[in-house]
Amino acid sequence: MKHQRIAFVVMVAFFALAPLAMYPVFLMKVMCFALFACAFNLLIGYGGLLSFGHAMFLGVAGYGAAYSAKVWGFPPEFAILFGTAAATALGLVAGLIAIRRQGIYFAMITLALAQMVYFFCVQAGFTGGEDGIQAVPRGRLLGVLDLSNVWAMYATVLAIFVGGFLLIYRVIHSPFGQVLKAIRENEARAISLGYDINRYKLLAFVLSAALAGLAGATKALVFQLASLTDVHWTMSGEVVLMTLVGGLGTVFGPVAGALVIISMENYLAQLGAWVTVVQGVIFVICVLTFRRGVIGELGNWLRKSL
Amino acid sequence: MDGFFGVPPQALFGQLLIGLINGSFYALLSLGLAVIFGLLNIINFTHGAQYMMGAFCTWFLLNKLGIGYWWSLLLVPLAVGLFGALIERLMLKRLYQLDHLYGLLLTFGLALIIQGLFRNEFGSSGPPYPIPRALEGGNDLGFMFLPNYRAWVIVASLAVCLGTWFVIEKTKLGSYLRAATENPQLVQAFGINVPRMITLTYGFGVGLAALAGVMAAPIYQVSPQMGADLIIVVFAVVVIGGMGSIMGSIVTGFTLGLVEGLTKVFYPEASNTVIFIIMAIVLMIKPAGLFGTQK
Repeated sequence: MKHQRIAFVVMVAFFALAPLAMYPVFLMKVMCFALFACAFNLLIGYGGLLSFGHAMFLGVAGYGAAYSAKVWGFPPEFAILFGTAAATALGLVAGLIAIRRQGIYFAMITLALAQMVYFFCVQAGFTGGEDGIQAVPRGRLLGVLDLSNVWAMYATVLAIFVGGFLLIYRVIHSPFGQVLKAIRENEARAISLGYDINRYKLLAFVLSAALAGLAGATKALVFQLASLTDVHWTMSGEVVLMTLVGGLGTVFGPVAGALVIISMENYLAQLGAWVTVVQGVIFVICVLTFRRGVIGELGNWLRKSL
Repeated sequence: MDGFFGVPPQALFGQLLIGLINGSFYALLSLGLAVIFGLLNIINFTHGAQYMMGAFCTWFLLNKLGIGYWWSLLLVPLAVGLFGALIERLMLKRLYQLDHLYGLLLTFGLALIIQGLFRNEFGSSGPPYPIPRALEGGNDLGFMFLPNYRAWVIVASLAVCLGTWFVIEKTKLGSYLRAATENPQLVQAFGINVPRMITLTYGFGVGLAALAGVMAAPIYQVSPQMGADLIIVVFAVVVIGGMGSIMGSIVTGFTLGLVEGLTKVFYPEASNTVIFIIMAIVLMIKPAGLFGTQK
């Protein structure tokens, strides 16, 4: 575990010092997506469940946070909590339906459910349709810290990201995480050992949804915007890509993957539809030749699990 | 008679017709997915993109080479199917020993590449395609007006679906295919070239998607995005039907198209989501799907 602590210190130090050299807004985006990818990885990497609909949690939490902050005048801490709670509730419902099948069916079901949520968001009045919810006030955190200051916002996002990351880390290394891995490796055997696997899967799903929601709610405050992009299936594909590039089932992989993919999108932004093509090419290359991902390969080379 | 529950019969039958047309495409596409899944254990995410390629190839043949609809009906599925076989040989083949999820991820990546390339070339709105001359016009059936082309789509896709069902369930070739689905090693031991069969099956499934694309070209807008949203609905159709049976996918496809059409008449707000809602209900009651068997 020592090398994981070192890696953790390196990661926190990077995000604490990086704004000296890089745009803070870019880094906040990376951290939001890193948390999103970590939440997704909890499900695929440790539970073996590939969700192709995680955008629904990101997007719904974003709408929840943006709407409660703008229309009801919630302070930021409650707006984020409200958004996260919305995603958690959605995760409970979606999880109850999706865990009834495994493997590729699970992927198709989550994708279909997410598409349903997308259509709901297109039609529902409170989401603002194509315009989304714009100019969301960031407010004052706990009544004191003015988040319109970029450094205050940065510190808040960093704290949320590190908090979420530590929670996931704790879950992975807990007895619950071990049972989850056992279910991934051999479901029949886990059942025969007396574990109620559906409860474990559901809890993992809800936890993953809640953390994805936390990322989405935070993101909505950072960009002061909640829009349909975050609920669309392309977003679900993007988080799969980030986790795949970083390394499925590695602790730090999703963070590295988010950094790589968001940087790439930033540099290629002016190329329009080519971004999609490049994403597709990375998908194909990763699946065919680079299945361990960046951090997975690094860990393999160092003979340590990262 | 002034209609059903206050809905004029013209509107009702009109929507039912649209539902049946959509159902034809659901059936053709989910049939292709089921055939591929049966043998390869892969969900072909590229299916929507291959359907779109079918429509674009049709447009391309007419506008650049002057080849009409009827030849396209034959040539396009062959060409796109060949492209599919190439993908299977070069890429999918390497993934059979791995978790099936990698097949899904690979085909998803391929779909992104194809859709991205077409969007670069053609923008997001697409070119129109004329209805073939022999199928212009329509018939007044008394209670509704039935355009010939739409009638043709329904009849043709039904024929293709039933033909596929016949080949797979009732012929010698189909029995090899079903045997290889059950136990590929054993079938190989009997001297049948299973890898080639897998390639051809994938090519055939892709060809079905392309055929759907050809038939869609005159009625739907030909655009790079046309397959992306459709394929998600088809996934839901596949989950509802279960992929265990060929006939199951056909029946489910047509039925859900009709249900969607009816929803448009009686509760239009839910017409986008009704199939997903049915999927959720079916999963709660019979997780294996209506025609499926849980392995």
